[in-house]
Amino acid sequence: MLNYIAKRLAMAIPTLWIVITLSFFLMRLAPGGPFDGERQLPPEIEANLMAAYHLDEPLWMQYLRYMGNLLQGDFGPSFKYKDFSVTELIMQGFPVSLELGALAIGLALLLGLPMGVMAALKRNTALDYSLMGVALGGIAIPNFVIAPLMALLFGVLLGWLPVGGWNGGALPNLVLPVVALAIQQIAYVARMMRASMIEVLGSHYIRTARAKGLREHEVILRHALRPAMLPVLSYLGPAIAGIITGSVVIEQIFGLPGIGRYFVQGALNRDYTLVMGTVVFYGVLIVLMNLIVDLLYSLFDPQIRYDD
Amino acid sequence: MTSSSHASTDDPSTTVAGESLGREAWRRLRQNRAAMASLIMLGVITLACVVGPWLLPWGLAEVDWNAFGVPPTLEGNHFLGTDANGRDLLTRSLYGGRISLSVALVATLVSLVIGVLYGAIAGYMGGRVDSLMMRFVDIMYSLPFMFLVILLMVVLGRNILLIYAAIGAVEWLDMARIVRGQTLSLKRREFIEAAHALGVRDSTIVLRHLIPNSVGPVIIYVTLTVPKVILLESFLSFLGLGVQEPLTSWGVLISEGTANMQGAPWMLIVPAVFLAVTLFCLNFLGDGLRDALDPRTR
Amino acid sequence: MTTPLLEIDNLRVDFDLPTGPVTAVKDVSFSIGENQTLALVGESGSGKSVTSTAVMRLLPEMARISGKIRFAGEDLTEASASRIRQLRGNDISMIFQEPMTSLNPLQRIGRQVAEVLKKHRSMSGKAARARVLELLEQVGIPEAQRRIDSYPYELSGGQRQRVMIAMALACEPRLLIADEPTTALDVTVQAQILELLRDLQRRYGMAILFITHDLGLVRQFAERVCVMRHGELVESGSTAEVFAAPRHDYTRMLLEAEPRGHKPPVAADAPLLLQARNMRVRFTTRKRLFAADDVFEAVRGITLDVQRGQTVGIVGESGSGKSTLGRALLRLLDSQGQLRFEDTDISGFDKALMRPLRSRMQVVFQDPFGSLSPRLTVGEIISEGLRVHFPELDRRERERRVIEALEDVALDPLMRKRYPHEFSGGQRQRIAIARALVLKPDFLLLDEPTSALDRSVQVTVIELLRHLQDKYGLTYVFISHDLAVVRALSDTVLVMKDGMVVEQGATESVFANPREAYTRELMRAAFVDPAA
Repeated sequence: MLNYIAKRLAMAIPTLWIVITLSFFLMRLAPGGPFDGERQLPPEIEANLMAAYHLDEPLWMQYLRYMGNLLQGDFGPSFKYKDFSVTELIMQGFPVSLELGALAIGLALLLGLPMGVMAALKRNTALDYSLMGVALGGIAIPNFVIAPLMALLFGVLLGWLPVGGWNGGALPNLVLPVVALAIQQIAYVARMMRASMIEVLGSHYIRTARAKGLREHEVILRHALRPAMLPVLSYLGPAIAGIITGSVVIEQIFGLPGIGRYFVQGALNRDYTLVMGTVVFYGVLIVLMNLIVDLLYSLFDPQIRYDD
Repeated sequence: MTSSSHASTDDPSTTVAGESLGREAWRRLRQNRAAMASLIMLGVITLACVVGPWLLPWGLAEVDWNAFGVPPTLEGNHFLGTDANGRDLLTRSLYGGRISLSVALVATLVSLVIGVLYGAIAGYMGGRVDSLMMRFVDIMYSLPFMFLVILLMVVLGRNILLIYAAIGAVEWLDMARIVRGQTLSLKRREFIEAAHALGVRDSTIVLRHLIPNSVGPVIIYVTLTVPKVILLESFLSFLGLGVQEPLTSWGVLISEGTANMQGAPWMLIVPAVFLAVTLFCLNFLGDGLRDALDPRTR
Repeated sequence: MTTPLLEIDNLRVDFDLPTGPVTAVKDVSFSIGENQTLALVGESGSGKSVTSTAVMRLLPEMARISGKIRFAGEDLTEASASRIRQLRGNDISMIFQEPMTSLNPLQRIGRQVAEVLKKHRSMSGKAARARVLELLEQVGIPEAQRRIDSYPYELSGGQRQRVMIAMALACEPRLLIADEPTTALDVTVQAQILELLRDLQRRYGMAILFITHDLGLVRQFAERVCVMRHGELVESGSTAEVFAAPRHDYTRMLLEAEPRGHKPPVAADAPLLLQARNMRVRFTTRKRLFAADDVFEAVRGITLDVQRGQTVGIVGESGSGKSTLGRALLRLLDSQGQLRFEDTDISGFDKALMRPLRSRMQVVFQDPFGSLSPRLTVGEIISEGLRVHFPELDRRERERRVIEALEDVALDPLMRKRYPHEFSGGQRQRIAIARALVLKPDFLLLDEPTSALDRSVQVTVIELLRHLQDKYGLTYVFISHDLAVVRALSDTVLVMKDGMVVEQGATESVFANPREAYTRELMRAAFVDPAA
């Protein structure tokens, strides 16, 4: 087990390094400097600014400096939000994004798993077809279409829920963004769970369990559920990445003060340090989440623990 | 099940010419009504996007000074209404469809070419080359790609060619994995060994045996890639990081619609319907193709 | 025998398939008394597994059952679902053909066995564990104390089947249904499992319904036998009677399907066609990218001579290296050691150098479903070699030779436009033989060519191979785990284990006087009678 964790960590570190390095050099490919956008600055002021941000140093020194700062959790100053460092901005936005994302993943599992199990147990019945039809809709219609449509319906036309805003994370404000963010993942989880449940139910060891004289619910709870959840579990990594990506548009649409909004603002304003900071932060988050999911998986599947 | 296998007792004497797997799959697909309806619908949408803009009286950025923010109507000149700037929404949606569909086509092609080559080489070479190539894919997988693409767009400026390339470059990973898996498992099949034993050349084996036998999964995967690619492009465009004025795409239109949805909901609904219907049809078609090409999964 | 333990009366099973109803079993009646063993025999598709699964009421929902299944006088077809669950695993239990996949992969085996005890005996965890330990020891799991906490993947196939048996016996059932319990196992393991079953039957006093396709096992194992074909019972009676005087043609055919006869020897001075000296094949595998290679030697120094017109049989269990040796002989795998084909030393030959020789040394593989390219027509498959070796032939001449080859393997030449998936296993194997034969080879490697086929089909393929050898003076290397087939076909035989030769010699002398213990064990396990 320890061996396995060590191996997965050894995989994660080079990945993180690639993310950081790639973004650093991509950023430096940008034509023009970070101070081009606004009024033409006098050359001496620009030189001062460049020196202040160490942009006059050779590239490799900037790279080392950036890496060094990163290790201390310092993403550098924002070019546009002059009074804030990128770290401050990210830390401001993170609680909002985290709450949103965690709720969405939770909702996806809470709804997706039972949907899939029910569809599999009632395979090829009206219930199965309608559940899977809904799921196909959830996959086909992107969240940035569903989100404004939901806002239009529940916010504007019916007036039941606020159209946007965070309001300190009040429940009415959370409903629409969380649901919009979760829908696609609910659909994926439900489809996967159905497929793997059907496969498991047809397996030989389920026949064995029935031959033991177990009741049908005992067969399903004790023998079918856990193996059927394995594929869904290994999908959690991509699902989390999908939620993080989705949160960018959802925060934008509902005007929530999460990292995603800073990221889009930064991208549109060419706030290089901010964009890069968020990319690196997201990268770390995704790699870390993948790691956690893999470890979780190894708890479920005994074979992984012992293999090499 | 052992019991029913003899029901299909092999007495192939009734007809002489057999049915190839491909033709059999096509027959199964034709029986799937949802898939066929989707195929026809996709044909109609594609045709409309390609031909439509020439037939309609309005240009992409042409402003009708008499009709700002007109809702859809059957009587006026704008069946699906106009946007806040007086531009015809149907015209714009069809132009947007061109972009979305062309991105789908080109990016899928890019991913297909890279993925098939990469996967086939890794699978065919095997051994150390294979594990090195696949380790690289693993690392690429765990990168937050969406964000790197956005970073790329920010840095290099928004450019349609870049979108093609960037999205294609993201999507080839799955294709490579699938093709590699196929190649590896086919390589171990006895008919490939039999071909070696016949003295058939490697190039012939690849062309005659490996490729024809891996088209099924590749086709299935392509139909899954197309909607993903369309989604990615509209996602970028929605955020304002994709296609730029004067060009437009469904993502851009949806984003404009979102901004105006309180006063002019049709601006959101029209492009959203275009996008959703296309994605729906592609997904149905993909499911149908999977069932047709691999009947065991049903 | 007053009331039989299990009485099946006019059983009929229909499956409602989307394409329409299919009758899997009809008019089947038989009975088993306490402590009796009855064998239900048949080839694939005969309905024998459906019958036994119907007793447990484990058939899928689309199955419709009519007739009576009486267990100790109680009609199971009428019994409620909860009553059936009381019986399952308690009074009637079942072991299956697939030991590798019949255990839950995510649970320790001890827990899986204990589950039955907790269910039917309401045992506490502690008591159940003690009983499981006892059971595991009884079924011969080594180090049961430690193994009880193993996961299934840590056990071999034979061990997993033993766990299944422990699970089935936990509640001391009155009837055990064993559905091909040894088919997926190697012959020596098979013999051990059967011995175990017989031993446990004596100890627990239970009846066994034994489903198999293997008549050899029936003779050893069962007192009574029922023969099934196409869902119907064609013959039943005591094993001794049925074997001595089969009444039905099908039974007679099955019994005669045991390969018989001997191969007429070749002249002692027949020229050598293939010579292998000290052949070695190594596989390197690597677990990690930068780790050192793991070297595994699959063939360890084998020497072998094949005279023209001879058949050399190679026997061994799975993993013995026999197929690897075969591929190395054709240089489909790289090997060390010396290899000569006629007068040519082909030891280091690469693909290009081998190509001209390929038309003279051909191969037929085991898997009739995997050895034909699914996207080519039969005609294209057979003519592929002609295109490589006789590019000068025109289309018509190629076609003529394909037709000739199909006629040689007794297939209708009209079939050449059809695709492999439209044929049965036996027919596909004939196509594979035609593909080799069309090149007019001297030497044919037969790698388990009949193992995937039903007995009755097997015999026809073997007869075909004999006939072709006669007609074209072919030389065979015949690889098989089936001793009876090898005995009937080959001049000399080579017994392999762990990549090495255990015993090698003229077929009759090896079979009549096996010198090595391993050979004797193999023969005993396969019920080969040295005197036959």
